[in-house]
Amino acid sequence: MDILIPTILTIITAATPLLFAALGELITEKSGVLNLGVEGMILAGAVCGFAAVHFSGSASFGVVAGAAAGALLSLIFAALVLGFQASQVATGLALTIFGVGLSALIGQDLVGVAYDGLPKVAIPFLSDLPLIGEVFFKHDVLVYVSLLMVPLVWWFLTYSRAGLVLRAVGDSHDAAHAMGYPVVRIRLFAILFGGAMSGIAGAYLSLAYSPMWIENMSAGRGWIALALVVFATWRPWRVLLGAYLFGGISILQLHAQAMGIGIPSQVMSMLPYLVTILVLVLISRDQNKIKLNSPACIGKPFHPTS
Amino acid sequence: MFKLVKRPEPSRQMVLVSPLLALLLTLLAGIILFLFMGVSPTEALYAFFVEPLTSLYGWAELGVKATPLVLIAVTLSVGFRAGIWNIGAEGQLTLGGICGGAVALLFYEVESVWVIPLMVLAGIAGGMFWAAIPAFLRTRFNANEILTSLMLTYVAGLLLSLLVHGVMRDPDGYNFPESRLFSDSALLPIILEGTRLHVGWLMALAVVVAAWIMMARTLIGFEVKVLGQAPAAGRYAGFSQRNIIWFSLLLSGGAAGLAGMIEVSGPIGQVLPTISPGYGFTAIIVAFVGRLHPVGVLLAGLLLALSYLGGESAQISLNLPLAVTGVFQGMLLFFLLACDVLIHYQIVRKTGPVSAIADQDTTQATTNTATESK
Repeated sequence: MDILIPTILTIITAATPLLFAALGELITEKSGVLNLGVEGMILAGAVCGFAAVHFSGSASFGVVAGAAAGALLSLIFAALVLGFQASQVATGLALTIFGVGLSALIGQDLVGVAYDGLPKVAIPFLSDLPLIGEVFFKHDVLVYVSLLMVPLVWWFLTYSRAGLVLRAVGDSHDAAHAMGYPVVRIRLFAILFGGAMSGIAGAYLSLAYSPMWIENMSAGRGWIALALVVFATWRPWRVLLGAYLFGGISILQLHAQAMGIGIPSQVMSMLPYLVTILVLVLISRDQNKIKLNSPACIGKPFHPTS
Repeated sequence: MFKLVKRPEPSRQMVLVSPLLALLLTLLAGIILFLFMGVSPTEALYAFFVEPLTSLYGWAELGVKATPLVLIAVTLSVGFRAGIWNIGAEGQLTLGGICGGAVALLFYEVESVWVIPLMVLAGIAGGMFWAAIPAFLRTRFNANEILTSLMLTYVAGLLLSLLVHGVMRDPDGYNFPESRLFSDSALLPIILEGTRLHVGWLMALAVVVAAWIMMARTLIGFEVKVLGQAPAAGRYAGFSQRNIIWFSLLLSGGAAGLAGMIEVSGPIGQVLPTISPGYGFTAIIVAFVGRLHPVGVLLAGLLLALSYLGGESAQISLNLPLAVTGVFQGMLLFFLLACDVLIHYQIVRKTGPVSAIADQDTTQATTNTATESK
């Protein structure tokens, strides 16, 4: 029990940023847009969120700043992809390269600055429950928000009118356009949502997961989030499952070290990346599964012709 | 308002104008950035783009920095043309550095002319091996090569760290995570006295020429181009997508591995926990700015190499953070992607008669988008 509780707690903190970023990317991809810039947007969110808290002292302002930074970066992506008809793959890569550089530039004076971390919010009554209360009801707000986003995104995509239109745009932009839906505007919102969610994921990293700013601190989580969306075959509940699975794997090294298992830390750190590859292979092996679930228009440019 | 109208044919001039326009816009954005940072733009731009080239040593350094960029970008371009996205060149470079470095350390203090060729082979093999993994996973299991090659980059970095902290560590190095300094027989010969310019630069130039010939004159080059532009036509002609995936990944992996070996055997001279400031990623920008053409890539490689030198020089003379380089590189790619719209589209005023022309173009545009979006 002494080990179990901290383990579960760290899994939750490791999974939360992945959950945010992957849910955001899920919506973007459902609209037919592949944004490979998640890593860059996470870094922008991380550094801006941290800077905002450092200068204002307000944690909520930090989260908002992180979301805004991610959304702002995704706006550049949207302008290039939707306005200038640029290749989504190339633009996404550019966004990541730019985000890495920009965040390092913004954060140069923030390296080594300390922060206590987001305040924990204990949910009344429930948090007093023995064991369960400790594990599930004493987290920072963002953990609850991330968990609430899962049913919300699921409901949005499955039952809401706007969600159905979004999926229609992702599956056939020409048909959606012919029916009079504003394809470009819908994709713009989907991209911005993805950006904001990645930004929050970044803010979570620099404000809660390891409350400080380090260059490149996302360490590939943006790419893992992208893989998670494929792993989840574009379904929100499976994103939740995947995020917690990966959260579990990525904290293994901490606990392996604590328990004195003699595997070099580098080998343990490789695990999340190797498991990502393994999971991708397992899912992609079945081409029909991918074809059935992936948005049909993903990655394709849309140029309204009339 | 303005409106994009599809050109009947892609504009050849714009293919060449676009990178220049993008460079100009990057410089303008750079001026704004410097003003924002409270630095005199003239001083900063001088430090960035002129100062590094005021000496012969500077010019030689340009070649040193351009070597890995050109080597990787030329071969990445081949894959990009065929729609194969090897994003993990950085990891393949790392493996090349590890394997080349391992040979150098195994033959420590062995005086033989065969050490360098052996290191070259080991470096290429290491990079190829690392690129073969995404190629295998893509052709066998249909796993997206962008994600797998990128994940392997992180694994390669950790592997390098593991080795440098372990078996490759200098036994007399006071536990610093560094290998021994290579003996002379494992160091690349210098081709310009008094500088660090090494024979790797000549290898890069040779690869440029070879790639040019390959793309322009050989069947495999033709297959790459056809499968990239019109996959259906390529399949109908019997060209194998699978072969092209293997070919382009092994080619760029091998070149990246060679670049990694050149880095450890040339400018670095030992194995360190980090052997590249992101050459594998910057090479992606080089490939696009160079229009996926070997000669263009050579010029773009020199330009991006200058951005590394400029970043260092601006750090020394103006105390600017090194991260400015990355921002510049990212901006250049953004502007390039934006300017590239001019290749396929014309920007016209949205007025009465123009929309009539646009309507005429409708059928044309739909067919074009259909072919483009493979």
